[in-house]
Amino acid sequence: MTPLLAAEGVTKSYGGRIGCSDVSMSLHAGEVLAIVGESGSGKTTLLRCLSGHLPVTAGKVRYTLRDGRHVSLDDLSEAERRLLMRTDWGFVHQDARDGLRMGVSAGANVGERMMAVGDRHYGRIRASAVDWLTRVEIPEDRIDDSPWSYSGGMRQRLQIARNLVTSPRLVFMDEPTGGLDVSVQARLLDLIRGLVRKLDLAAIVVTHDLAVARLLSTRMMVMQQGRVIETGLTDQVLEDPQAPYTQLLVSSVLQV
Amino acid sequence: MTPVVTITDLAKTFHLHQQGSIRIPVLAGFSAEIGAGEAVAVTGPSGRGKSSLLKLIYGSYRATGGAIRVWHDEDWVDVATAAPREVLAVRRRTIGYVTQFLRVIPRVPAEAVVAEPLLDRGIPQDTALERARHLLARLGIPQRLWHLSPMTFSGGEQQRVNIARGFAAAFPVLLLDEPTASLDSANRSRVLDLIEEARAAGSAIIAVFHDDTERRRACSREIALG
Repeated sequence: MTPLLAAEGVTKSYGGRIGCSDVSMSLHAGEVLAIVGESGSGKTTLLRCLSGHLPVTAGKVRYTLRDGRHVSLDDLSEAERRLLMRTDWGFVHQDARDGLRMGVSAGANVGERMMAVGDRHYGRIRASAVDWLTRVEIPEDRIDDSPWSYSGGMRQRLQIARNLVTSPRLVFMDEPTGGLDVSVQARLLDLIRGLVRKLDLAAIVVTHDLAVARLLSTRMMVMQQGRVIETGLTDQVLEDPQAPYTQLLVSSVLQV
Repeated sequence: MTPVVTITDLAKTFHLHQQGSIRIPVLAGFSAEIGAGEAVAVTGPSGRGKSSLLKLIYGSYRATGGAIRVWHDEDWVDVATAAPREVLAVRRRTIGYVTQFLRVIPRVPAEAVVAEPLLDRGIPQDTALERARHLLARLGIPQRLWHLSPMTFSGGEQQRVNIARGFAAAFPVLLLDEPTASLDSANRSRVLDLIEEARAAGSAIIAVFHDDTERRRACSREIALG
């Protein structure tokens, strides 16, 4: 079976400095892959390379389109790549302000994605916006409010709604629960897990929080200094870490 | 007896890099065969790898050597060498595992925790919840607790939620790590009934029991470690 997303030898260097080096991976529908490591380990750089936000220095990222073609991102035209990002892919930023348009209402934030894929029917767009806000537990009477008036947790849920309204097949998430209160975090984790199962999504989640990775992901990649030093099932990596650095990382988690 | 789990020459050594690079051998040259409809107890003194053996079969621990072949979807899969997504498929449909402690997302209701393995198999929500509630009721969890997160439950209640989750999906192979450890005698008896029913329905049970009487009641054969 062809994977949805596959990377071969992906490398990104900034001048002489290495962002990520020689990373290979594959991801199938329904899988959630966590990329973990300390800050500066290259996990966000890798995520941005995999999602086509950063050009790679070397290597290839391939994606299976809805029509079954398994293409290299380099071979897509700029217009095709943009369409992919608006339709098949979602990107959830750590700071919701980077993923939302703060100047327009919450409803418009969700509706905008639908218009970007060609929907023009106001009633249908409005109904979808309401449906998605409800699914992410935002009250309907807040639909016309600006995201500025939302709490951090609500903004993050709005960002998820905005990303999922076009039924993407692959969602990239950069520290999706970072900077949120733990009570809000739990709610968001539960929401994401439910959506992944219902929609058979594939997701790549960057996090430095091993507890988040444990609850959200089925597989894990551990990064150190731009390289992937360990991969495996999430419980395998956390319960039986092999690399010295992974053992240090896992044994450093505070117990509550 | 049709074997469903065949373990050959299994070895496991932990290499702890952060602690003076010490090597701790847990299992070496271990072989066993477990058949459908058979309940087998893993026995041995504390620290001889009983729980480790269960984790190896489930794929949570990586084998240092040997093979763990599991009959899955009309074929043998070697959990020790299979790709992660094959192991996930084995866990979805073939091997269930009741750990010693429940691990859940905060805020998720007990009935949803129990229904999850069924939803993972694509069983409709209503059917899955009905089965979950049936098991919770059988294990004596009062109905008023079903929609609450088990994180607030007592140790014994959490363990029963964990057991309900393990038995929800009628796995062909079921790993049980001290399933009755924190339960009173009425609940221990209910769990032993569930084990007996699963075995009679053709599941292969591999269990670690603390208590000799329960072990003898639940299991027909012993595999001794150490």
